[in-house]
Amino acid sequence: MDSTTNIASNGQATKMTAKDLVTDQEVRWCPGCGDYSIIKQVQTIVPELGIPQENIVFVSGIGCSSRFPYYMETYGMHSIHGRATAIASGLKAARPELSVWIVTGDGDALSIGGNHFIHLLRRNFDVNVLLFNNEIYGLTKGQYSPTSPQGAVTKSTPMGSIDHPFNPLALSLGADGTFIARSMDRDPKHLQEILRRANAHKGTSFVEIYQNCSVFNDGAFFIYSDKETKKLETLMLEHGKPLIFGETGDKGIKLDGFKPVIVNVNEVSANDLWIHDDHDAVKASILTRFFDDPKKENHLPRPFGVFYQEDRYRYEDAMAAQINEAISKKGEGDLDKLISGGETWLIN
Amino acid sequence: MAVKNEILDHVTIRFAGDSGDGMQLTGTQFTETAAIFGNDLSTFPDYPAEIRAPIGTIAGVSGYQIHFGSVEINTPGDQCDVLVVMNAAALKANLRELKKGGIIIANTDGFDPKNLRLANVADGINPLEDGSLANYQLFTIDVTKMTRAALSNDSGLGVKEIDRSKNMFVLGFIYWMFNRDLEHSIKFLTDKFKKKPDILEANLKLLKAGYNFGETAEIFTTRYTVEKAKMAPGVYRNIMGNQATALGLIAASKKSGLPLFCGTYPITPASDILHELSKHKNFGVRTYQAEDEIAAICSVIGASYAGHLAVTTSSGPGIALKTEAMGLGFMLELPMVIIDVQRGGPSTGLPTKTEQSDLLQAYYGRNGEAPLPVIAALSPADCFDAAFQASRIAVEFMTPVMLLTDGFIANGAEPWMFPKSSELADIKVSFAKEYNGDGKFLPYKRDEKLSRPWAIPGTKNLQHRIGGLEKQHETGNISYDPENHEFMIKMREAKVNKIADHIPLQKIDSGKDKGKLLVIGWGSTYGSIRSAVTKAIAEGYDVSHAHIRYLRPFPKNLGELMRNFDKVLIPEINNGQLVKIIRDQYLLPAIAFNKMKGLPFMSVEIYDRITELLKVETPEMA
Ligand code: SF4
Repeated sequence: MDSTTNIASNGQATKMTAKDLVTDQEVRWCPGCGDYSIIKQVQTIVPELGIPQENIVFVSGIGCSSRFPYYMETYGMHSIHGRATAIASGLKAARPELSVWIVTGDGDALSIGGNHFIHLLRRNFDVNVLLFNNEIYGLTKGQYSPTSPQGAVTKSTPMGSIDHPFNPLALSLGADGTFIARSMDRDPKHLQEILRRANAHKGTSFVEIYQNCSVFNDGAFFIYSDKETKKLETLMLEHGKPLIFGETGDKGIKLDGFKPVIVNVNEVSANDLWIHDDHDAVKASILTRFFDDPKKENHLPRPFGVFYQEDRYRYEDAMAAQINEAISKKGEGDLDKLISGGETWLIN
Repeated sequence: MAVKNEILDHVTIRFAGDSGDGMQLTGTQFTETAAIFGNDLSTFPDYPAEIRAPIGTIAGVSGYQIHFGSVEINTPGDQCDVLVVMNAAALKANLRELKKGGIIIANTDGFDPKNLRLANVADGINPLEDGSLANYQLFTIDVTKMTRAALSNDSGLGVKEIDRSKNMFVLGFIYWMFNRDLEHSIKFLTDKFKKKPDILEANLKLLKAGYNFGETAEIFTTRYTVEKAKMAPGVYRNIMGNQATALGLIAASKKSGLPLFCGTYPITPASDILHELSKHKNFGVRTYQAEDEIAAICSVIGASYAGHLAVTTSSGPGIALKTEAMGLGFMLELPMVIIDVQRGGPSTGLPTKTEQSDLLQAYYGRNGEAPLPVIAALSPADCFDAAFQASRIAVEFMTPVMLLTDGFIANGAEPWMFPKSSELADIKVSFAKEYNGDGKFLPYKRDEKLSRPWAIPGTKNLQHRIGGLEKQHETGNISYDPENHEFMIKMREAKVNKIADHIPLQKIDSGKDKGKLLVIGWGSTYGSIRSAVTKAIAEGYDVSHAHIRYLRPFPKNLGELMRNFDKVLIPEINNGQLVKIIRDQYLLPAIAFNKMKGLPFMSVEIYDRITELLKVETPEMA
């Protein structure tokens, strides 16, 4: 029996399917919410990963996206605001063999949970972080979030937000994240591919997913998915391929020193274009800064795909290694020896 | 000159000096030697909050008090018989702790003009010379000079290093004074400085020089002997509270078969539990130093969900930060132990001083109706058993458990007749393996203890979701049903209350079962209350003592036990916390007796209060 096989009631082994991952709970997201697409893509790819269903755990914090675990027929915990990352760290440290997925939002991960988020990245636990970024607080009904653009008019900012927003990918790169990617709810194929790669990466895989909040911030990212604008506004990253975008793939990015410039691909030699290398941290940090307001003239397109990945030791492996080392050096702990300590004396 | 030998029942010595003078080491060495010799004892380290306060100042004074005897010792001693001071600041800060007529041993070098100025002694005055210490027996030794002379020029050490070893000269001298063997300290130093033969040799030389100084100096006319104590027969070791807590947790891990996970964040005075646990990775112990207090308890929630014996250690301010997550742990009904090594509060308060002021926080400090079991350790060695029982209750009842200790017992030490591992009861754990409902798994279906099944990830077919939202009885599905919410609140409370069926009944510690006055304590006041009550009983007072280990739920007979007395007195190192809970739950007019000085009770303070309360009604005693 292979690892993704379930035993049906008739005793026959069956392959796990997307349907097996659906729970009996009624899904309560608003109609048109981007979360529907994201859960669908997750349920599509998880059965292909070769992980036994019972070894999968989804942990979330608080927010609309954090309802996610209730709808996944795996182990799951819907925790408290901002702490999914911290809970998942303990879970993974204790049981490295589990496949741990963190579902969080822009408020959950970057505001109230910001501290745990950066520390998770530096420790590099082998977990997947899916950050549903909708640039708004949905569950509390429409306040600006740490990713809302400056000037955003929301319930709590009637005169426009005066907060400078976070750039989540630059932040995670700064925190020494080892897998940094962006995708979106409205590009299912791309999202599936990124999720597969996130799972394959050994270490903390951070995936920012642009997610439409149809109620409080509808259309915030449509510019990256609508037919009319998509080609001009998005830059789909592929390792080893040049950075090309535009209506007919006519535009490219060239590095002028450390400065990215948009060029007409027909006017430069192919060798002059920036070739995406997802192991290059310096270039990745420039890529994360492709973060212009699309309303700005001559703005750079927004990149999607894997910005950066690196193989670095995982916290849980190092922790297990120290335990093994201690056992091989000192032998399995002997409780009586421990309790009696170094020096004892007898009283008759 | 003949040296006389005097036999004493018990003695209290306080070593005091600058933080850099090595007084803690001197104190612990003397303690271990006394313990191995067979004295009963109790200790009290008293050190400054600043790691390196300015040298020579009052703020930088570090003290270590040991009370040892041939009789039962319950406290570190109300006042000391011998005060060892390395400088003027140490004398100034500690003189009031010395009995009238007590012995002062002063290092004269620490009373030079510079040190006198640093200690804020008025110009031109030296307390060693102006007769102000006439009520005490003053002995002065120029320890620095002796130290330098003993090491002369062949030690290969610089003056700084030589001066730093002067505490060994003092230790050697005190060993002489109390007829102690050097053997244990020689062994200790040999081990500690294995890799530094120069320093080892210097320390050994000084230890012996101090001892020999006593023999030859002819200024001390008396040596003292404190015989072995008549303690219960058995094998003993010396142990500190935080160390005992760590060992209790490891023992619980072994006895439950659950790997131990400690997710924590450094905080005074709890960090030593982490330090101790991190030394024992060969027991499979995972220690996780999280990025903050919240992450620490959250990692524990994750590890508990994963099936580990999960604990977090902290002190009051850290517990305040953990509060929301503690509520989650309660709601999830996952086992975990939350250890609060209490210190002076509120806010940052007095980090290195002791207090019992987090009881109400432990009891009530969460949003919503979230009762947690609360257990308190009563002495350094008792931390072992308290930690073990806290783990047992957590696992058997699927609940977070609060374990309270405090700075006094965490850093204090006492002899411990330790148990054999075979004498410790197994902690029963059974992970859910199969469906418990009609063809499905019900994560919140309860057993006879009202405890829910622990189904850990990796268990086939038992995939389920848990969370902080109110959940439906049995299925654990999200539920906003009003009837269900009230039902679940009552159910969770009933589960915690049911623990009372699985803990020992409350016992009277000393005195009769019925009478005029019952003194009730909890936690680290045990020693001082016991000493005071025993003394009062011996003098004919009608008083008893009960010490509560299980604070929530209380033992089932507590109400009945208290009603057998005319009056109940509750001494606490806080502004009256247990007394509030007792008055609330039992509608008893319990009398509060409080101290909030960052210091433990002196037993005489409690004794005085007892006699005051009883004298009113027992004129024959007056
Ligand atoms: S409020 Fe927005 S994010 Fe939340 S469920 Fe509705 S559409 Fe989705």
